[in-house]
Amino acid sequence: MKPIRRRFPWAFLAKRVAYGALAMLAIAIINFFLLKLAPGDAAEALAGQAGTADPAYIAQLRAQFGLDQPLLSQLWAFLVRLATLDLGYSYVFNERVSVLIFSRMPATLMLMGAAIVIAVIGGIVFGVTAARYANRWPDRVISFVALLLYGTPPYWIGLMMILIFAVTLGWTPTSGMENVLAFNTGWDRVADIAHHLILPALAQSIFYLAIYIRLVRAGMLEVLSLDFIRVARAKGISERRLSYRHALRNAVLPLVTVVGTNVGNFLGGAVLTETVFSWPGVGRLMFDAMFQRDLNLLLSILVLSSFFVILANLIVDLLYAVINPTVELK
Amino acid sequence: MTKTPTSPTFAMSRRALLLASGAGLAAGILPFGPLKAQQSGTLAMCVTPEPNAMCAAFNTASPVTVVSGKMLEGLLNYDFNVSPTPALATAWEVAADGLSITFSLREGVMWHDGQPFTSADVQYTIMEILKQHHPRGRSTLASVTAVETPDDHTAILRLSQPAPALMYALAGWESPMLPKHVYEGTDVLQNPANNAPVGTGPFVFQTWERGSHIIMTANQNYWGEGEPKLERLVVRIITDPSARAAALDAGELHLAGDGPIPVNQVQRFMDSADFQVDTRGTEMNNSLDMIHTNLRNEHLAKLEVRQALMHAMNREAMLGVVYYGLAEMLTGPIPETLPNFYTADVPSYDYDPARANALLDAAGYARGADGMRFSLRLIAPTVGDTYERMGQFLKQNFRDVGVDLELISADIPTFIRSVFGEYDYDLTLYPGSVTADPTIGSQRFWWSKAASQGTPFVNSTGYESAEMDQILEDASVEPDPEARRALFVRFQQLAMTDLPILPVARPIYVTIAAANVVNFVPGPDGIRAPYGSLAFTG
Repeated sequence: MKPIRRRFPWAFLAKRVAYGALAMLAIAIINFFLLKLAPGDAAEALAGQAGTADPAYIAQLRAQFGLDQPLLSQLWAFLVRLATLDLGYSYVFNERVSVLIFSRMPATLMLMGAAIVIAVIGGIVFGVTAARYANRWPDRVISFVALLLYGTPPYWIGLMMILIFAVTLGWTPTSGMENVLAFNTGWDRVADIAHHLILPALAQSIFYLAIYIRLVRAGMLEVLSLDFIRVARAKGISERRLSYRHALRNAVLPLVTVVGTNVGNFLGGAVLTETVFSWPGVGRLMFDAMFQRDLNLLLSILVLSSFFVILANLIVDLLYAVINPTVELK
Repeated sequence: MTKTPTSPTFAMSRRALLLASGAGLAAGILPFGPLKAQQSGTLAMCVTPEPNAMCAAFNTASPVTVVSGKMLEGLLNYDFNVSPTPALATAWEVAADGLSITFSLREGVMWHDGQPFTSADVQYTIMEILKQHHPRGRSTLASVTAVETPDDHTAILRLSQPAPALMYALAGWESPMLPKHVYEGTDVLQNPANNAPVGTGPFVFQTWERGSHIIMTANQNYWGEGEPKLERLVVRIITDPSARAAALDAGELHLAGDGPIPVNQVQRFMDSADFQVDTRGTEMNNSLDMIHTNLRNEHLAKLEVRQALMHAMNREAMLGVVYYGLAEMLTGPIPETLPNFYTADVPSYDYDPARANALLDAAGYARGADGMRFSLRLIAPTVGDTYERMGQFLKQNFRDVGVDLELISADIPTFIRSVFGEYDYDLTLYPGSVTADPTIGSQRFWWSKAASQGTPFVNSTGYESAEMDQILEDASVEPDPEARRALFVRFQQLAMTDLPILPVARPIYVTIAAANVVNFVPGPDGIRAPYGSLAFTG
């Protein structure tokens, strides 16, 4: 059989990019007004941290932050900054917004990347196993544990892991991204960071893992009952090969969708894990920005996050066609 | 604290020698006889939350002052009696009329970039930075009209009226001296030195990895004899209290202050041989938990109601249940940690629900069908979990006297907007610092002229008393310590008579260090101290 040849879907791509840009604009505007609804502003938050402040100081802060301008001109200024890809200066954090966000990005990428890889591998292995032994004890154990993990708050799991593996057993560090007292360089530093990554990545992956197992199990059960599997089985293909080569490819589409969403949400998806493990990622920056009402910084992160969600969705759609050639891109 | 001033020539030669010994090290030769005590060790401490800047001249948030105070110094330090001791100033004299203060500045002090520290820096910092941009500089330095610099090592502050409280606001973490040559002619608010300070302190800024840590290294030219003791000071940012406790347990953190761990774990650290727990180090700050009423509320406007609420609070039980014993219960608006001002001779309100009920009955509030007379809202900011426990505790106490308490917790900007921006609250509970001088820290809550809608942490109660205003205004300019004390005694008595604010407790924020750390609470400012003497033993 000749492989299906397809032209690259340019029209599809152009349409989606245009929609994406519109969506980002809408997200920016809606979020701007939503965040403005939160009581208090950055000047009050800063004054609150300072413990005391006189009225002139607060007025000075407001002028500095542009908070004394009318709402619509604040929105316009923000949109202009976005359009010119200049996110501005954060007076709250005393740093350029782009520097703030992008310096925290690698930490979050590392954490989420590791967590999702662990969750996908674990989800597939346990999900397929559960489906193969449906309603027998391996399935029961896997499904029960998955349900338990799904129902447990991730930060609690994180704290328990710290207590067991870091404090009691001493296998891993308790928190942070590297041993800041060791001043490691080169491969030592890489190994050190990997060592610090283990617990947070596991804690973060557990939440996804629970969902992925259930998705893969359900998808597999459906596909395994189809005729072509019976045919394949009649041809004498081994059960393992049947599961992973024939069935999984058809069962994995829902998983791809959900993983795509999780990947797209990577910027803010790990706030709790980052907090528990003092991981210096974007999620914590977002959290701090909210509590300090640094709306420009927060909006910049949200818009950037929406960019990644849109990008991830687009990639997922393109991936559908690769995984299952019968999917048509319109 | 008192150090012999180093002469400039000696400092120069010492610097040359250090350079030479550095070269010797590089060549693989051991340095010869150290002139400076050998620095050793890297200590990890933590601050919470992450500071937004490294310089406390523009932002006095607690974590900023902790970090800033290691690199930038002030004119004065303080001892545990909260009396001034030398820092960048070696001597000082307040004129008899209280209208000028003369500071003799330490000689031979150099900024981290090698420039000499002189009176021009003092003049520039006070007049151009602190009086313009410091969050509370405008008020603490309000009476400073000029800083004269007759020579490089003398600075004279000219005052429009006596300002006795000023002498308590000159610590490095509160009013840091900044280098004129770095700031002059720049946009001071965006000056890169705000994130990478050039100071005179024992530690030199090295790096700040946002979200993770700050590294400072020993200042080789520090004026303090044999200081700093440490080679490096690393400040880690660990956001979760339980994670901080775990990091201490695992030895990844040597020092943490400002009540860094959940209060229910403090006892475990106190009992452990691996740790030291110090309850001192808040004498400069004196953060008090007080319930501020809103006198615009028709019920709270009645004195009997406020007295009843005082009698309804079981403060003895509160100490154990809410604070786990880590607090000093207040008798009035000034804590016992300020012996120069404190008096116990004030109207007192013992725990007495029967009395509270009688007062409320007399005020004309009969109990309804549900046993309640009226309801009040208590709003508190979400800082730590103490206020949540306190809210629950008060809810029970007040229910016993027929007052239904509705608890509201809000993040800080929401809390500030509700309480100080819109006066939309009945009772509010938050930490307010007396600092080392009630004129700086207490006046703002009881003085009617401090009330200013939209300004946080000032009089929000609506309390107005001509007598109180007069006492506070007189005290703020009274140069004679005895007369001033007498004024503050009257302040405390009147505050407890009128009760616009119900004082509750002075929480004790502990500092925890590993067993081999010394000098981690060297003075009343706790972990805000410059830490030149901080060291590991053995």
